[in-house]
Amino acid sequence: MKITLHVWRQKDVNSVGKMQRREVNDISQDMSFLEMLDKVNEDIIIEGGEPIAFDHDCREGICGMCSMMINGRAHGPDDGTTTCQLHMRSFQDGDAIHIEPFRARAFPVVRDLVVDRSSFDRIVQAGGFISANTGGCQDANSQLIPKIDSDLAMDAAACIGCGACVASCPNGSAMLFVAAKMGHLANLPQGQPERYTRARNMITQMDAEGFGACSNHYECEASCPKDIPVTFIGDMNRDVLKANTCSSAK
Amino acid sequence: MSLSTYLKSSIGEKTLMAVTGIFLILFVIGHMLGNLQVFVGPEYLNAYAAQLQNLGPLLWAIRLFLLTTMVIHIWAAAKVVRRSVTARPVKYAMQKDVATNFAAKTMLVSGGLILVFVVYHVLHFTSGNIDPIGAFADTHTEEGADVYAMVVTSFQHLPTTIIYSLSMILLCMHISHGASSLVQTLGWRRCSSNCTDKIGPVLAGFLLVGNLSIPLSIYFGLIP
Amino acid sequence: MAFNLDSKTPEGPLADKWTNHLFNMKLVNPANKRKFNVIVVGSGLAGASAAASLSELGYSVDCFCFQDTPRRAHSIAAQGGINAAKNYPNDGDSVRRLFYDTIKGGDYRAREANVYRLAEVSNSIIDQCVAQGVPFARDYGGLLDNRSFGGAQVSRTFYARGQTGQQLLIGAYQALSKEIAKGGVTMHTRTEMLDVVTVDGQAKGIITRDLVSGEIKRHAADAVLLCTGGYSNVFYLSTNAMGSNVTAAFRAHKKGAGFANPCYTQIHPTCIPVSSEHQSKLTLMSESLRNDGRVWVPKSKSDGRPPADIPEDERDYYLERRYPSFGNLVPRDVASRAAKERCDEGFGVGESGLAVYLDFADAIERLGEDTIRARYGNLFQMYEKITAENPYKVPMRIFPAVHYTMGGLWVDYNLQTTVPGLFALGECNFSDHGANRLGASALMQGLADGYFVAPYTVSNYLGEHGEMQADKKVTTTHPAFDEAEAAVVARTERLMAVNGTQSIDSFHKRLGLIMWDNCGMGRTKETLTKALEEIPKLREEFWNDVRIPGDDKEFNIEVEKANRVADFLEFAETMCLDALTREESCGGHFREEHQSADGEAQRDDENFAVASVWEYKGEGERPELSLEQLEFENVKLTTRSYK
Repeated sequence: MKITLHVWRQKDVNSVGKMQRREVNDISQDMSFLEMLDKVNEDIIIEGGEPIAFDHDCREGICGMCSMMINGRAHGPDDGTTTCQLHMRSFQDGDAIHIEPFRARAFPVVRDLVVDRSSFDRIVQAGGFISANTGGCQDANSQLIPKIDSDLAMDAAACIGCGACVASCPNGSAMLFVAAKMGHLANLPQGQPERYTRARNMITQMDAEGFGACSNHYECEASCPKDIPVTFIGDMNRDVLKANTCSSAK
Repeated sequence: MSLSTYLKSSIGEKTLMAVTGIFLILFVIGHMLGNLQVFVGPEYLNAYAAQLQNLGPLLWAIRLFLLTTMVIHIWAAAKVVRRSVTARPVKYAMQKDVATNFAAKTMLVSGGLILVFVVYHVLHFTSGNIDPIGAFADTHTEEGADVYAMVVTSFQHLPTTIIYSLSMILLCMHISHGASSLVQTLGWRRCSSNCTDKIGPVLAGFLLVGNLSIPLSIYFGLIP
Repeated sequence: MAFNLDSKTPEGPLADKWTNHLFNMKLVNPANKRKFNVIVVGSGLAGASAAASLSELGYSVDCFCFQDTPRRAHSIAAQGGINAAKNYPNDGDSVRRLFYDTIKGGDYRAREANVYRLAEVSNSIIDQCVAQGVPFARDYGGLLDNRSFGGAQVSRTFYARGQTGQQLLIGAYQALSKEIAKGGVTMHTRTEMLDVVTVDGQAKGIITRDLVSGEIKRHAADAVLLCTGGYSNVFYLSTNAMGSNVTAAFRAHKKGAGFANPCYTQIHPTCIPVSSEHQSKLTLMSESLRNDGRVWVPKSKSDGRPPADIPEDERDYYLERRYPSFGNLVPRDVASRAAKERCDEGFGVGESGLAVYLDFADAIERLGEDTIRARYGNLFQMYEKITAENPYKVPMRIFPAVHYTMGGLWVDYNLQTTVPGLFALGECNFSDHGANRLGASALMQGLADGYFVAPYTVSNYLGEHGEMQADKKVTTTHPAFDEAEAAVVARTERLMAVNGTQSIDSFHKRLGLIMWDNCGMGRTKETLTKALEEIPKLREEFWNDVRIPGDDKEFNIEVEKANRVADFLEFAETMCLDALTREESCGGHFREEHQSADGEAQRDDENFAVASVWEYKGEGERPELSLEQLEFENVKLTTRSYK
């Protein structure tokens, strides 16, 4: 296969970046998308240039490290797929492929396609946990949890924190990520004591990070590699509203 | 978080927009139902108009309330837009939307045009400052107003029919996304029920049929 | 100077050792805890749980990871589950049985007391995780569900869909986040440890490189915990994450930490085979597939026909033929070796000839496609995503791949390495899995070490040796830090100065091939000797001809890789040497000279019931071997048979 790449190159956070064009030959259909970039980098290094920096680690779709906007879609054209699971057979010989970093004010570019997603960590630190210190916990089976609740919590907990929701949102909003984090804990009995303080604190931090507002385009759901539904955003909105208007929601 | 801080948060702004949106939609529904009396006969529509005029201070209270609601709705929208614009300072060279729709993407445009239309509409049919074919002046005499005649005469005029019809299409587009959105924003959506996504389009569809029926029926001579 | 390998195993009966030890260990007064600084390197299950737990106790903790956030460590990729001796299904499980299964599964090459403690604390892990909100699978009554796993006859595995590792890691990450918010833990992301600093033989800090700015930094501490995972990536192709490396453990090894049993490598039988020379990563398919799939190869060599055209009597169901009683469900090491044997003989399938069929046709005919879809749908989908083949119609092609390393830094009962103040937790240490790890035990060990062992044993060390007075503490201005930093800088400068013609990846690939061919599933004296000749040559070529583009004072992925590959190039030699020295076959270490007439592994308990611990003696120098004799007082050593 032969393809034309248009890749975003940016030296560091303070530099101005630009799209760079490169013709690539000898690509096999069986390569994964990242293996294609590996090959491109190998060629660049041999030519004496600096390779394209991109984030990746597990390469099996679970660590959430890989990012990239590929031809205008977060994680590329396939649904329910991370960039590392994408294969070149999803493209045609002669295609042009545009690769850009995930763009948001809260995701500053570190270099080329690498962005800083530590804003997600700070949102979790603001309250995305259950304050259970190590030790002294009751027996795991002493509290019954209806299967339907635990399954719902698991649906939300499947979030890998990749940031595709932010990247694909026309508004650069992080609502699906935050809703998934809250939905995981709010659907379990263990999450109840801190449910509403968690909702207040995480939203405050989300806004402070400079994410956009949600206007219900649902691009996040479409690009989520773990297919997390936007219904969790509705649940979160209800919790946040309740947390601020009901005296019982402390 | 106090209520005022909440209302300044991204979700609070959306809540304001949703709540004011509910009042505005209710107004649009009521306004349409009132106007549909044009099909029943002149005496009904004119009596209805007179009744509204006779409300006196209450009418002004309602007008003030609607104005405030609209201002809050627009103010919240401006905040949301500003937040979203600053959230992505460097734009994508290529971005494909796959889930959203035309109505959702054009909320700002449809909202802005609706505002222009509302002003035009008030100046046209309520105060008569804009009166392209003299219909307002002819029907508002010292003995009283013949609203029915004013409406019928106005919509026999093609440009007016076009302006009103297009505006109704914009309004319903706005509501089709807005109504579904407010269900989500207020957290009324129950998990995994997709029917909430259809609330907006269905409601908008009814409003479109109802509102368009008036100018079009008149223009095509279905109402004498 | 040989190591003093005192395991510090407490006295008393096996079941009382940990309880007695807990009572005998030193404590630190709550008011004094904040005066101690502890460094935790790595943020996987072991690292995140240890950092959170130590901070909860009141210690001031610095935690380091090379990823952009602590939530991405490779513990996240574990699919199957986590073991615990809860006996919820009422099928006869107990702490003792979990202990026994783990020791036996490890082919009797682990320390009894450590394994018993692991089994003992396993139940607390489940309690802790549930309290943190880990959404384990439940049955309709709301109780926790269990599934069965290889190497055990009881159902003791707790799971969260196919993402148990990710859910446990998120639990630990959230606990860590809670402590970061409180100020107890300072998190350093995108930071890689490049050296341990020792003062008077005690670990007193580390040297790191900020992967964004390239800045080399010093960090002083009263104790250092390495939770940096395994070294499977020495094979280049493995199921580990691309960034997984041996650097932290190996640099500690250079500073005096003994490296135990580096030759113990676990090779998982059901992975998706290599498809091209560009392959960067191997993907594991859960071993549960072997419950319904039948493994076969054609009976004639290089049979080019599509699998469906090969008639039944021309297929060799070799596992069923060789192991009639266990059939397709033999343990991982046995299944892997049998596949390799067939492929080596030329019966392999696929373009490369390095694959065997895993066929579901019989199961689909017997149970229907819907049942198979319900059981394995997500795995079939994953397979199809990678290979573009429909496994409902065409048999899967599978091949073994490296995915875990049982060897690691030698630690005593307190998880302390041979360097006082330097601890190793999780896959980074060697202690609990012997020569072979059972499924669903890695998660258990990481969390056991981090939540329930290290918080006590590190306190014990600090209570005994910690310096409480601020003016007497070792700071980063100590000459030992100057020296360590200078060495790190010099090494990086040396790497940058080579300015050769070949890429780092190309060296890594070549090293991987040498290791896979000579120190992989089957090893012989001949292959190991060959590898020991080739590795130094490759290392020399690396140091003369590697090309690292750009500058080391900036975000530079190639500098990161160069540091890691340089360490693999040294470490690989120790690994081969260990494999050569261990003249027996046990667990994941199969020396072809030591097998029974029917091709099974043969242990030599008389001479090799030991942990081999290597001491670094300089680059290119032969490391020195010390032995820890393993005593088995509570289990009887038997031969595993699956015929």
